[in-house]
Amino acid sequence: MAEIRFWEAIRRAHDEEMANDPLVIAMGEDIGVAGGTYKATQGLYDKYGPERIIDTPISENGYTGLGIGASFLGVRPIIEIMSVNFAWLALDQIANSAVKVRYMSGGQLTAPVVIRSPGGTAHQLGAQHSARMEKVFMGIAGLRVVTPSNPRQAYGMLKSAVRCNDPVFIYEHELMYNMKGEVPDAEFFHPLVGSEVAREGKDVTLFGYNISVHWCLEAAKLLADKHGINCEVVDLYCLSPLDRAGIKKSVSKTHRAVIVEEAEPAVGVGAEVMAIINEECFFELDAAPKRVSAVNIPIPYNHALEKATIPHAKDVVKAVRAMMGK
Amino acid sequence: MNNTDKKRLLRDMLFSRRFEEHCYVGYVERKIGGFLHLYPGQEACAHGVMAAAKPGFDYVITGYRDHVHAMLSGADPKAVMAELYGKETGTCKGRGGSMHIFDVEHRFMGGYALVGGPFPLAAGMAKAIKLKGGEEIAICFLGDAANNQGSFHEALNMASVWKLPVLYVCENNLYGIGTRIDRSTAVLDQYKRVAGYNIPSEQVDGQDIEIVYKAAQKAVDHVRSGKGPYFLELMTYRYRGHSMSDSNTYRSKDEEKEWIERDPINILRERLIKAKVLTMAEFKAMDKEILDEIDNQIVPFAEQSPEPDVAELEKYLFAENDPWVTGGAQGGAS
Repeated sequence: MAEIRFWEAIRRAHDEEMANDPLVIAMGEDIGVAGGTYKATQGLYDKYGPERIIDTPISENGYTGLGIGASFLGVRPIIEIMSVNFAWLALDQIANSAVKVRYMSGGQLTAPVVIRSPGGTAHQLGAQHSARMEKVFMGIAGLRVVTPSNPRQAYGMLKSAVRCNDPVFIYEHELMYNMKGEVPDAEFFHPLVGSEVAREGKDVTLFGYNISVHWCLEAAKLLADKHGINCEVVDLYCLSPLDRAGIKKSVSKTHRAVIVEEAEPAVGVGAEVMAIINEECFFELDAAPKRVSAVNIPIPYNHALEKATIPHAKDVVKAVRAMMGK
Repeated sequence: MNNTDKKRLLRDMLFSRRFEEHCYVGYVERKIGGFLHLYPGQEACAHGVMAAAKPGFDYVITGYRDHVHAMLSGADPKAVMAELYGKETGTCKGRGGSMHIFDVEHRFMGGYALVGGPFPLAAGMAKAIKLKGGEEIAICFLGDAANNQGSFHEALNMASVWKLPVLYVCENNLYGIGTRIDRSTAVLDQYKRVAGYNIPSEQVDGQDIEIVYKAAQKAVDHVRSGKGPYFLELMTYRYRGHSMSDSNTYRSKDEEKEWIERDPINILRERLIKAKVLTMAEFKAMDKEILDEIDNQIVPFAEQSPEPDVAELEKYLFAENDPWVTGGAQGGAS
């Protein structure tokens, strides 16, 4: 078991899948000669050549559609959209072509593409490079949406996504590529459905995903150390379909829930998890569930303003203490 | 193309005309729902190009005016009609409808209803062909108005940069929905626009199938020989409105008359009669045979076929029992 960085885990998954199947290709802006903005394909251009590691023009809808078209004939493209903000431009091909062909062809055609893209607020990137678009992708029927919170998941999910016959969107985070974590040396495939208990607890469940899992874990430690509150942290690594059974199981155990999301609250992960709690285990609740979300504004440039826009572990601590009356 | 081929093409075009005319009737009778975009007037375009291509071998993709292109690729007309009737025996089991005919077995990769959507999809199919080393080509049929979408420019640029084996056929019928081309488009000759992407192109009369066939042969040869993409513009006209919900009040009667005088079926028919390859009586017998097939085989099949089962509403959303969704055959998460 080696400790490697998040980007190295993604790179390893690319390399193994490309070595395994000559029809696996990767495409995106600057992923080839330049080695990838976040190094996810570093060195692979030299290894697999320009026909399989494709530097695309800055044409997000165009190259996403091109990857989708290639997948109709059995090619397995891993499409990197450099920043999720640019995925707005590719939504036509994702939402109208990739996810609908199987259904509207009566099961004849499928688009087994993987689209990877980092979102989130990083370091003062401003409103047009700080989008959190998970809620958009979660709303698209026929699209699998997963979001790794650590290198192990990033490696194993990409491996499964490449082989899966459905279109898969992998939502990554700009701030997490240098994060270190243990990844098994032996090849493995991570599920594209379900959730994971990242910390066992009994008093309240903190639901997080992607970067907010780390805020939840930090808050859980503070709450245990300073306030005697024992939080369970559930990592919702699969955002669509959300793990109804996993959500129900944890809330039925702790009877309280706080959902932590980097995105704005409206129509988001928190809203959806709350709806699932209502539908699955309303009478298990000892308190009304809470959301800890971003302020509903475009992300400002100024550092202090940016910081005040998105949630942090201290906001989670505050919400849990209010809920527990401690 | 010998006389037998020409007679076959005439019959095939007439079949498409009559098929589409029945669709009109089925729509008025409310047996066909949704939006319906008909092909009469443009027959020489798809028929001429597909005569020069390899139907069922080459990959074909198009927009929402797709019935004829699907059948020319090899789709069974009964299954196409059943799809329009929303039946389980339809090409897409009633899930697609008029604008979304698919027949993947015959490499008809679908009708798409976002104008311009197929441009990059076709380039992608061509990329796959190139990667796999096949002799196939991808053929994308779209209208002139699609060229005003960003996807046109993005896809043609990539197809050219990567020398992809894709033939773009532009059926220029002079209208984008109800807006005439000179009111929406700065450059009227569409074949000139691709010069900006260094793609060879040609504009020809889309009403004379022999001209279309000849130009398509050149285009197909270019693409199949590995020289990269090609753009073929065919000047044509649709007799009906954009779709059935179109009032068709934006065109003059004189203009319509002018184009109907250059009807693709009449042009070929008159030529064959003049060359004494065909008689009017033979043509009428041919027409009767086609109408008989439509009325007594194709339409009854569609009408009598079962509706889809509502219990299968969610089928086809995802691949069934895909082992990789749950972590794969190799043991799952560690």
